[in-house]
Amino acid sequence: MRTVRLIALAAASALALAACAPADDEPAASGSPAADGSLETLTDGVLTIGTSDPGYEPWVVDNDPSNGEGFESAVAYAVAEELGFDADHVTWVPVTFDQIIAPGAKSFDFAINQVSISPERAENLDFSSSYYDTAQAVVTVEGSPVADATSLADLQDAKIGAMVGTTSLTVAQESIDPTTDVQVFNDNDQVKQALQSGLVDAIVVDLPTALYITAAELDGGVLVGQLPAGDDPDQFGLVLDKGSALTGPVTEAVDALREDGTLADLEAEWLTDAAGAPVLK
Amino acid sequence: MTPTTPPDGALPVWVPSERQRGRDAYRRTQARRSTLVALVSTVVVAGLAVLGLVSSPGWPRVRQSFLDPDVAWASLPKIAEGLWLNVRVMAVCAVLIVVVAMLLALARTLRGPAFFPLRALATGYVDVFRGLPLILVLLLVGFGLPGLRLQGIPTSAVVLGGLALVLTYSAYVAEVFRAGIESVHPSQIASARSLGLTRGQTLRHVVLPQAWRRVVPPLLNDLVALSKDSGLISILGAVDAVRAAQIQTATYANFTPYVVAGVLFVLLTIPLTRFTDALARRSGWLGSQAGLAGAGAMR
Repeated sequence: MRTVRLIALAAASALALAACAPADDEPAASGSPAADGSLETLTDGVLTIGTSDPGYEPWVVDNDPSNGEGFESAVAYAVAEELGFDADHVTWVPVTFDQIIAPGAKSFDFAINQVSISPERAENLDFSSSYYDTAQAVVTVEGSPVADATSLADLQDAKIGAMVGTTSLTVAQESIDPTTDVQVFNDNDQVKQALQSGLVDAIVVDLPTALYITAAELDGGVLVGQLPAGDDPDQFGLVLDKGSALTGPVTEAVDALREDGTLADLEAEWLTDAAGAPVLK
Repeated sequence: MTPTTPPDGALPVWVPSERQRGRDAYRRTQARRSTLVALVSTVVVAGLAVLGLVSSPGWPRVRQSFLDPDVAWASLPKIAEGLWLNVRVMAVCAVLIVVVAMLLALARTLRGPAFFPLRALATGYVDVFRGLPLILVLLLVGFGLPGLRLQGIPTSAVVLGGLALVLTYSAYVAEVFRAGIESVHPSQIASARSLGLTRGQTLRHVVLPQAWRRVVPPLLNDLVALSKDSGLISILGAVDAVRAAQIQTATYANFTPYVVAGVLFVLLTIPLTRFTDALARRSGWLGSQAGLAGAGAMR
């Protein structure tokens, strides 16, 4: 008798669970107008943009994407304007990479977070067209055994560090092909710490980050050089939910900004000129 | 309890009474019935849960993101390679932890005023390293020690991470050992001493063997915890199973590699659990309660 009641209880809870489940994404499908009248965003009339917290220069300045300073912050506001949202109708949410790729309801309309476009990722995410093409660069500190390296061969015996999940990591493994495994850290802060404390001899980061940290953050930082890009250069895209209705408009906005020269201007303003970093062979 | 015939057949053999056999038969029926009911209810509950999951609107996306067979297969070699690092770290650290923890526990159980500094040191060590979150110890040891740039300090993430694991876990395990040592009844020590054994001999031949036997299950518990925490050394740059899964997850923008790593870890700990059970059975502790009147098998 008791067992029967237990089963009934379990069944009821399972059903209740199932009944709760459909509380899912479905945005208010009531034809919500964007600031200029047409786009369906997470919140009516507001564009919600995701980026990582903390954000790093030169992508975001002072860890505050809403100040419009830093390359990605500036690009985000330019895209928003192109879509018809002025700065007052843009809100920022902090997101991690795992949140960006999570299958459930997204907390952002699009995310801008130096995410490289790749066919594997495109299986689960929508990308806008590229807003920035970058190379990867090797950074070390004075006194490191590879401070004078001039070729990829000079780097092979070095201990290399990179951030998890980045193209920097893939490129470090593939073009340097070091004899010891590349050491992988949670974020670029820890990568820098590892370099400073001698856990690794050199690190690989994207070129703008490399220029910034050698100039501003590392004591005695040395930019060893750029890594060869390989067949296709690394392209950063805005990330949207798979099948998002905004993918088309956002891509058009990025394309328009590239054509009218806005992206090139912002690049010149926020990302230091790459001329000083020779390509390693 | 099956009656056995002695080889020579000389001694009378105990045979359960009619009533006892009746009782046994009744218990068997009850056990079979319980198993059946449990089976049916499990199937029903699992079926409902699966039904609820599969019928939810986000299920196709979730299945694609977490249970993609192609991604699972593609990421398996790297994750397995990472797991091998976890296993090696775990094995080496486990040995060091047991040694350090045993020394700490002995230091804490020493009597006599002369040993006060040793006792205080061991107590302080346990207080500090049991109180510090493992991840902090890892960060401090991992980035701090090599930052000193002293001669002879290792700069390998695995060695530094292992050191942090040993520091933290030996503090936990020392307390397990101490509990074991102090659980040995005072009469045992009194008897040993009255037989003329010295304190050292009493410890070695009487106290520690009993203490050891009592702490093996919690020790294996800690070993299982260690197997999972060995993944934390990834924050120092080592690529273990968890980190390998994270890299694959970022590559494919798909969570399946995490599930693969989870399955591998469970597969790693299940043999450990079975080993504990086997050890307990061999030493005669498993189900030892069942022999007591009215106790039955523990459920």
